[in-house]
Amino acid sequence: MSEPRTLFRKVWDRHIVVPETAETPAVLYIDLHLVHEVTSPQAFTVLRERGLKVRRPDRTLATVDHSVPTDAASWEGGLGDMDHAARHQVRMLGDNCGRAGVRLFGVNSSRRGIVHVIGPEQGATQPGMTIVCGDSHTTTHGAFGALAFGIGTTEVGHVLATQCLLQRCPRTLLVEVTGQLQPGVVAKDVILALIGQIGVGGGTGHVIEFRGAAVKSMSMDERMTLCNMAIEAGARAGMVAPDDTTFEYLAGRPMAPAGAAWEQAVADWRGLASDPGAEYDRMVTIDVSRLEPQITWGTDPGMVMSIGGHIPAPAGAGHRKALDYMGFQPGAAMAGLPVQVVFIGSCTNSRLSDLREAAALLRGRRVARGVRALVVPGSQQTRAQAEAEGLDRIFIEAGAEWHQSGCSLCIAMNGDRAAAGQYVVSTSNRNFEGRQGQGARTLLASPATAAASAIAGTVADPRTLLEAERRIA
Amino acid sequence: MIEPFSILTSRTAVLPVDNIDTDQIIPARFLTTTQRSGLGRHLFADWRRDAHNEPRKDFVLNQSEAMGARILVAGGNFGCGSSREHAPWALLDYGFRAVISTGIADIFRSNALRNGLLPVVLDADTHAWLMANPSVEITIDLQEYEVRLPNGRTAAFEVEPFARHCMLHGVDPLGWLLSRADDIRRYEEAGACAA
Repeated sequence: MSEPRTLFRKVWDRHIVVPETAETPAVLYIDLHLVHEVTSPQAFTVLRERGLKVRRPDRTLATVDHSVPTDAASWEGGLGDMDHAARHQVRMLGDNCGRAGVRLFGVNSSRRGIVHVIGPEQGATQPGMTIVCGDSHTTTHGAFGALAFGIGTTEVGHVLATQCLLQRCPRTLLVEVTGQLQPGVVAKDVILALIGQIGVGGGTGHVIEFRGAAVKSMSMDERMTLCNMAIEAGARAGMVAPDDTTFEYLAGRPMAPAGAAWEQAVADWRGLASDPGAEYDRMVTIDVSRLEPQITWGTDPGMVMSIGGHIPAPAGAGHRKALDYMGFQPGAAMAGLPVQVVFIGSCTNSRLSDLREAAALLRGRRVARGVRALVVPGSQQTRAQAEAEGLDRIFIEAGAEWHQSGCSLCIAMNGDRAAAGQYVVSTSNRNFEGRQGQGARTLLASPATAAASAIAGTVADPRTLLEAERRIA
Repeated sequence: MIEPFSILTSRTAVLPVDNIDTDQIIPARFLTTTQRSGLGRHLFADWRRDAHNEPRKDFVLNQSEAMGARILVAGGNFGCGSSREHAPWALLDYGFRAVISTGIADIFRSNALRNGLLPVVLDADTHAWLMANPSVEITIDLQEYEVRLPNGRTAAFEVEPFARHCMLHGVDPLGWLLSRADDIRRYEEAGACAA
């Protein structure tokens, strides 16, 4: 009998074109290459300069997400106010894809959206695949049991030209998520708590496999949230073994296999889960049965706390710098701190279930006076589905802004940004200094916490509202 | 083509902050470029200049002793966050050829090596000495996998052998990948890839 293997190892092994040696890394085949406007232009230029062609346009899928405006006024004006450089970048992606024969879901496509939302939504993301993109949140796709990771622009060029990457085999880290989540506590809270536990560099050099009862009962949307932020622990990738939840999600998606090919694929995918007895380089356990909603207080995702707690006393210069930037006093209660902006969106939390989670609290309530709340769906298709359910009406009637899809206020390079000094409760993934605008202060949290905070005008525990609703019911 | 790197002797610039993310190295608003050149002026933009675009005097790169430094010594877990290759492009364009830390984030390390910026991970003691002694002249010897300090101390570091080979000789790894075209074709013909 062969050696028991991990999920990661199985996917890795089937993609080895040339094995690694002491002198040279492995040549790893890439099944799916996702491309967007910001990190690809220089790569296409290198190909052109060297007279190289895109080797497998059929394995390459492009969209525009980072720098495209999402606000209604911009779209009503035909994107006339779009930044000149951003417009050039978007146009260049169109030219590059057109020349190479790469499929592009462009600005006017109904299939456009955040690259990590549309891959799964279209069924392009599948178990057992290797998936890369010039974007660190490519880890999202690991939720399907794919090996998916972010690369830089030079390597985007390598994949365009050869469909391969030079890679050393990473180490493995098993994260066992034990216990079941309490109502009002979601995948976002789990991953924030994990990053708090192992640190923003805790996963460096490793591929994380998430396992355990809580993961098993998560929807695909939740698993994507979990894997999305594996990079915020420094991990190369995050993975979840594919199961019936995965197959049910994928069945019938436009780019998923169909008919006999579907049956064959599912049979193959069932064999991907880690074998009993497979060994990992490291193991970490996190018990989530008593976990409370989490929220960040500092300037990296590891500076995180339970929402009912108090701003911690600084441990070292890094914490002091963070508290100074955030304008927080140690010992202050987190709940009740004033908020000026709420952002519900990003590749972490902009899927239909995230929008439902926020809408459930905003239904029949109002965004507090003085708070700007932006709801930015992850894709045009998600947007259409939300509208079909009437979620857009709930948001608009509550006084929130209902946007077109895109990265928006997660990276603040499309015109959506917060002002210096403003506090933003955000469902995105990074609370780095200036991430949502120069001087803006980000507090990362779940969609429910973001919605509850929008209503209160302060940081607020969503369970208070959920509890009130249960009493009425 | 990257500029070969063998031995570098330079003063250091010391930035004693842990977990410096690539959003600090170059903020996202500068990523709308379609070029890779000229990004040095945006390096650490929001740490170098205040809201009125005036230089912050307390930031190391605005201090005379850091002028001309080609080695950046930073806190642990340098280059975490976004995969933007604009980060090493900006560091190189500014004039840095090496970054020393106790830990370097995976994607940044890969991006740096592909562009001829050497990421050097040192033991905590040597790193602490460098942090406590800013602007000293040190030598990074990639041939010998060694950093030499002015006090006579040396410290070893590791670099992935193929990346080191490429850095030492200015070899472009894409050329090597392209030379494996037959292997790639055979792999594809065997139908081993998914979907």
